[in-house]
Amino acid sequence: MTIAPPAPPDPAGTASTNGRGGLSPGSLVADEVSAWFSGRLVLESVSLEMPKSLVTALIGPSGCGKSTFLRILNRMHEVVPGAELGGQVLLDGRDIYSADMRATEIRKRIGMVFQKPNPFPAMTIEDNVLSGLRFSGTKVRNKKAVVQEMLERAGLWNEVKNRLRALGGELSGGQQQRLCIARALAVGPEVLLMDEPCSALDPSSTRRIEETIAEIKNDVTVVIVTHNMQQAQRVADQCAFFLAEENRPGHIVEAGTTSQIFENPTDERTADYVHGRFG
Amino acid sequence: MTIAPPLELGRPAPESAPEPRSLSRRRPRGFSKADLSLLVVSGLSAVCFTWFLFYQLTVFSGAAGFVITSILAFLGIYYLANRQLYGRMAAADRVIATLVTLGAVAVAVPLAMIIGFLVERGYHLISWHFLTTDQRGVTQLAPASTGGVSHAIVGTLEQVGLAVVMGAPAGVLTAIFLNEVGKKAGGNPGALPEDASLFARVSARRAQALFLLARAIRVVITAMSAIPSIVAGLFILVVIVLGLGYGLRGLAGSLALAILLLPNICRTTEEVLKVVHGSLREASLALGATEWRTVWSVVLPTARTGVVTAVLLGIARVVGETAPLLLTIGSNSVMNPNPFAGQQESLPVFVYTYRGLSRQADIERAFAAGLVLVGLVLVLFVIARIVGNLRPGSLQQLLRRLHLAPKEALS
Repeated sequence: MTIAPPAPPDPAGTASTNGRGGLSPGSLVADEVSAWFSGRLVLESVSLEMPKSLVTALIGPSGCGKSTFLRILNRMHEVVPGAELGGQVLLDGRDIYSADMRATEIRKRIGMVFQKPNPFPAMTIEDNVLSGLRFSGTKVRNKKAVVQEMLERAGLWNEVKNRLRALGGELSGGQQQRLCIARALAVGPEVLLMDEPCSALDPSSTRRIEETIAEIKNDVTVVIVTHNMQQAQRVADQCAFFLAEENRPGHIVEAGTTSQIFENPTDERTADYVHGRFG
Repeated sequence: MTIAPPLELGRPAPESAPEPRSLSRRRPRGFSKADLSLLVVSGLSAVCFTWFLFYQLTVFSGAAGFVITSILAFLGIYYLANRQLYGRMAAADRVIATLVTLGAVAVAVPLAMIIGFLVERGYHLISWHFLTTDQRGVTQLAPASTGGVSHAIVGTLEQVGLAVVMGAPAGVLTAIFLNEVGKKAGGNPGALPEDASLFARVSARRAQALFLLARAIRVVITAMSAIPSIVAGLFILVVIVLGLGYGLRGLAGSLALAILLLPNICRTTEEVLKVVHGSLREASLALGATEWRTVWSVVLPTARTGVVTAVLLGIARVVGETAPLLLTIGSNSVMNPNPFAGQQESLPVFVYTYRGLSRQADIERAFAAGLVLVGLVLVLFVIARIVGNLRPGSLQQLLRRLHLAPKEALS
């Protein structure tokens, strides 16, 4: 696999946050994060560092709070009625929940790819890629170049370059998901959160997306939720194992480098989970 | 055509088929000629049976009875014949399929009869002259071909157009509130645990307030959609026309029509917005879009065909309304293109008035005007369908080419 040389952090010249002395920003730190739904505690004191240019995988059985944790990282958690949270999430040292941070701005800097591909069905492929920029009223000088670059980074360009005016919904499931990745990358995020991006896809589409992750991880901090142990081992530099037990809401049992979690876990439950003995 | 040699039982098919097999098409579910002849024969025998029953055995009479008895006899014969040939299951399946088809045809028959009747009575009067002149200077003894209904056409278009301008945005906005704001709510402050935070309490109260407001609005909308149209007309007559001394004019009629239009559009639009998947809203928010931007750029375009249909159904609901207009627009036999001053005519009111007159020429004019009204609705439907089915983006392209759309922020 060839890894693309680190591209300039913001080739499209779109994000408002570039120009930080050449360092690509995007280090994310969760500090004692807890979450409630309608007053019920579902996630308890989760602390995790997600350093820039590394891929972090969140693993664990269903219902252990991985997705909730992921949604807290770009303020999508608060969209759910009755959802609350505690603790801090620091993006390059600043709490994204502090009063002077706006949710829309945070979501532009921390993008998200969902479990099910959800391209906008009423927009063409081109417009899907540009939608995030359009939503924020960003002016783009060369739309075509941006579309091509983002689709190339998402590994979709060769398949769709002759039908950019087709609707997003006309693509196959795997292509739709890569379109969603291109759409998320077009805004120029520093962090990309992926919530089981391959769970609805076939193996070859999954491989394309894993290659995409490998290509973008130099520019973008990637956090990925996955149920697939092999995938976690393939793409992730570090892993965090989440678990919700009886009388205990979701929490991190163990976090560390991928090799440590899979080959030499300190906790018995982690060993059981990664070796497929439960979950 | 070559036929593959028959395979011996229990042996796999030869792996390398040297002869290319010709592509013969098979249609397992086709409707064969035998089926068609069975259908025709069953129909004929049903008619014969009914004729025998009506005119030989008994003294029944009447066309309606004949048709109904024929259909029943046909179903019975068709079932028996099919059962004999294909078995009980297939026979039941075919009879049900026939019943469903007959039901659809039965709905279309009255519609075709209404239109056919209108065409028969009114078509001979339809001419360019009829569409472009009003009733100015038409004397008592003038033949039906003098004068026309242009004043009523213009009146109807203006009254319905103004009603849509007033009612449709209000209806769509209300639907957006009900579906995008009020539905998210549903917080239950009573169910919060003892140690719930202030934020949880406040947000649950806010959600509950929005939810209750949405529910109240939904009740109002439901009640509004049940208002008899003449009551809407009476309301405008008493409050606006007489109460405020506004007088009879086109705009008063538009107000009455808007009252009828709003709940209709609102309810249909709400149903349409419900279908837009929540994951699209999340995708938009996750890209940094605000809530209104999400509604404007994602939810409404996704539901565009449905929203256009909702407005269309609303127009269809009011374009033929007579009662509220009778009370609010007055009447006028000459062209008054200004809906804001002076009495106007409309096509339904024209039909109603002229059908009530005693002279043959006026009654003919009423039928022709009715035909014009139906034609107008048809034209509106076709336009709305074309707009609704345009590929996303092509409408903007069209408008841009016509220099009607503002320059896009991106270009």
